[in-house]
Amino acid sequence: MSSISKATRQLRILNGCKNSLPNVRFFSDYSLPRQPISSAATNSSPNIAKTLDQLNMNVVPSSLKHTELAKFSVIADTWWDPEGPFKPLHIINSTRLAFIRSTLCRHFRKDSYCARPFEGLNIVDVGCGGGILSEPLARMGATVTGIDAVEKNIKIARLHAGLDPETSNIEYCYTTAEKLVEEQRKFDAVIASEVIEHVADPAEFCKSLAALTVTDGATVISTINHSMRAYATAIVAAEYILHWVPKGTHQWSSFLTPEELVLILQRASIDVKEMAGFVYNPLTGRWSLSDDISVNFIAFGTKSSQQ
Amino acid sequence: MNRVIARRIYVNISGLRVIRKSFCSDAAAKVSGANCDPPSTESEVKQSFINNDHQYDVAIVGGGMVGMALACSLASTPLTKHLNVAIIDSNPALGKLDSIKKEDPPDPRVSTVTPATISFFKDVGAWQYVEQHRHAYFDKMQVWDYTGFGYTRYNARDVNKEVLGCVVENKVLHRSLLLRMQNTDFRKTIYPSRLTSMALLPSSSPVNADGTSSTTSLFTRGRLAKLELSDGNSLYAKLVVGADGGKSRVRELAGFKTTGWSYSQNAIICTIEHANENHCAWQRFLPAGPIALLPIGDNFSNIVWTMNPKEASDCKLMNEDDFVKTVNHALDYGYGPHPKSSSLGSADMWSWLQGDATISAREHFEVPPKVIKLASERMVFPLSLKHANDYVSKRVVLIGDAAHTVHPLAGQGVNLGFGDASTVSKIIAEGIAVGADIGEVSLLRKYEAERKPANIVMMAVLDGFQKAYSVDFGPLNILRAAAFNSAQYISPLKRSIISYASGEQRLPLPLPLFSVISGFGESKRLEVTTCYILGRLKF
Repeated sequence: MSSISKATRQLRILNGCKNSLPNVRFFSDYSLPRQPISSAATNSSPNIAKTLDQLNMNVVPSSLKHTELAKFSVIADTWWDPEGPFKPLHIINSTRLAFIRSTLCRHFRKDSYCARPFEGLNIVDVGCGGGILSEPLARMGATVTGIDAVEKNIKIARLHAGLDPETSNIEYCYTTAEKLVEEQRKFDAVIASEVIEHVADPAEFCKSLAALTVTDGATVISTINHSMRAYATAIVAAEYILHWVPKGTHQWSSFLTPEELVLILQRASIDVKEMAGFVYNPLTGRWSLSDDISVNFIAFGTKSSQQ
Repeated sequence: MNRVIARRIYVNISGLRVIRKSFCSDAAAKVSGANCDPPSTESEVKQSFINNDHQYDVAIVGGGMVGMALACSLASTPLTKHLNVAIIDSNPALGKLDSIKKEDPPDPRVSTVTPATISFFKDVGAWQYVEQHRHAYFDKMQVWDYTGFGYTRYNARDVNKEVLGCVVENKVLHRSLLLRMQNTDFRKTIYPSRLTSMALLPSSSPVNADGTSSTTSLFTRGRLAKLELSDGNSLYAKLVVGADGGKSRVRELAGFKTTGWSYSQNAIICTIEHANENHCAWQRFLPAGPIALLPIGDNFSNIVWTMNPKEASDCKLMNEDDFVKTVNHALDYGYGPHPKSSSLGSADMWSWLQGDATISAREHFEVPPKVIKLASERMVFPLSLKHANDYVSKRVVLIGDAAHTVHPLAGQGVNLGFGDASTVSKIIAEGIAVGADIGEVSLLRKYEAERKPANIVMMAVLDGFQKAYSVDFGPLNILRAAAFNSAQYISPLKRSIISYASGEQRLPLPLPLFSVISGFGESKRLEVTTCYILGRLKF
């Protein structure tokens, strides 16, 4: 957070307002197919705070927050339980994948009417967790590398992907984005979904993502807005009222606004081209893509040749 | 060709992986254990997986109209046409395609397909084959009742449409879908057999996974459902579709509960001949149930007549001439007088509500064309209503009559089934678009969420019709007649009814109420019925 200048902070104007991001194309500028998904709200959450101290985690040293890693390690076993603590990720999954599919197909000129449009693309899923996003990407034809800084997540992701021949060739590594940069790995597309709000230094993290992306490659980031509405929905509602996610999953102070994200990505030579919001309709229990980026949002950028 | 490409790509991927492995941290290499096989072995496993003849993406149990409609829809959707599909049905008609001759007598089993179904058939490329066979579009419909108080005429032009629907013999619909399938390069396998058992193991704990991808190990890991057939064959599929009708074996084997009741009514169904061609659908409510006369092309019409079981068996047994007389009587002066436009205050009474009047508001009551002879055998079916409490579970989905059996009153049953097929196909395509496993219950629930409310409303409306006419009581009859008149003269109401009946409005919230009032009688009672059904059929 420290690397974000005061000037950036001042950019925190009118979150969710299309006009504040003049160079970014929005969801409604395209006729994306909407992918609503249904859900209902119930689950139980383990007590994170208690177990946090008891745990002696074996984590890769990096700019990541250790407390964040410990939190996720506790609930790693429940990654693939659609009614478990990661339920929100399961239900938002097809919505974020719809955005990823449409932006990547357009950028890489792939046929979006094909069952495996990502055939031939190398994609890294940074902070893959149990592989909720990696597996669909592999089914869509991509050569997927999933990385996570929690060793337990990687073990679970590997075992789960091995259950289906379509996903068994995903390469899962217990490592960090920074380490991959050191190893000089490059990918056609770099995806960090619901991760940046858990890292200690978002600006450095974005630089690593940029370094992993080939020139003219794509970077996709989804996160939660640093807005009052996001506080109300992502923390108060999701953690304390609906108990969708364990208490303490998110720290409001680590959230970024879309403007901040665009700015730090720009400094890492990634131009954000498109943005969309995820909107939850409590009446229908469905998520859909929209222009409303005031709570959850996803950004697609391309890496320019500079740097 | 696809296999060759798949193999080459896979080998490439495997090759890349070996190079990549060296970049990974030691920790990763340690845990990857099972995944560290040399690439050659892995590609052999993959090869045997692809070549396995008994493993499918989708197994459709029941190759009737709805099952074939799903197959056609999958075959003609870009995102699903690569799927490997098995169709299980012992009906020999699936194997051979003998042509339907024009001079063949019409089949008494017909369906009234709505404009929504017609556009679905056009989308899947099957409507052109329907048009090569006998079919009858109708643009007018007249509904009236035996009390002589009211009538309603519907005209397609009221809603700027060419037609209200089309009546097609079931065998023509089925054959058209089969013909369409023949003309695609869709990978389908027909098993001419019956389903005897179905097994699905729960997702095994990942720890027990042995890392191979043989069909049986995928089954033991809960990634495939296993189907055993009466001829001893067995097959595996990611998704099993139960399209096997009202007595669905899939529904039974998957343990879905149903809610339903039977009416103490039978429907007698047959084909009759007129002196001239009929272009209108007719329906008259009689004390024991409605009689419908539907044009089916040439000089033929189809009769669907609901009555009590005793009358039905009498009608089936009586000689042909007497039966023709009975039908003509029921469609004309039998049971009561012709309605007049002036009864119940006439059109003027409603003029303040009319706005711009519909074309049909000025149309007068007509007497249906006379029946001159019987053109098929008479078939009798008991009426019942059945609804599955759930449409989906892991790797299983029910469509058509397997999910819901309705009163055949408005010929809506099969339209609901085609709506299901279209939605399931769309949901599968959406799942494939976002890389989902097509048997995942969270994906299948989207189908249930979309179709169940629509089906329940239609069932409630149809059940309401039945109940409203099961009572012959003076004040009630006047209410029914008032409802007919309101439907005849209040344009917005009329348009709303037409578009609902056309299958265009999926969930017309005010409509159960509307069609209840318009129709079909005693609104309170029907509202209660609707609520009752909505309550009994669990969402």
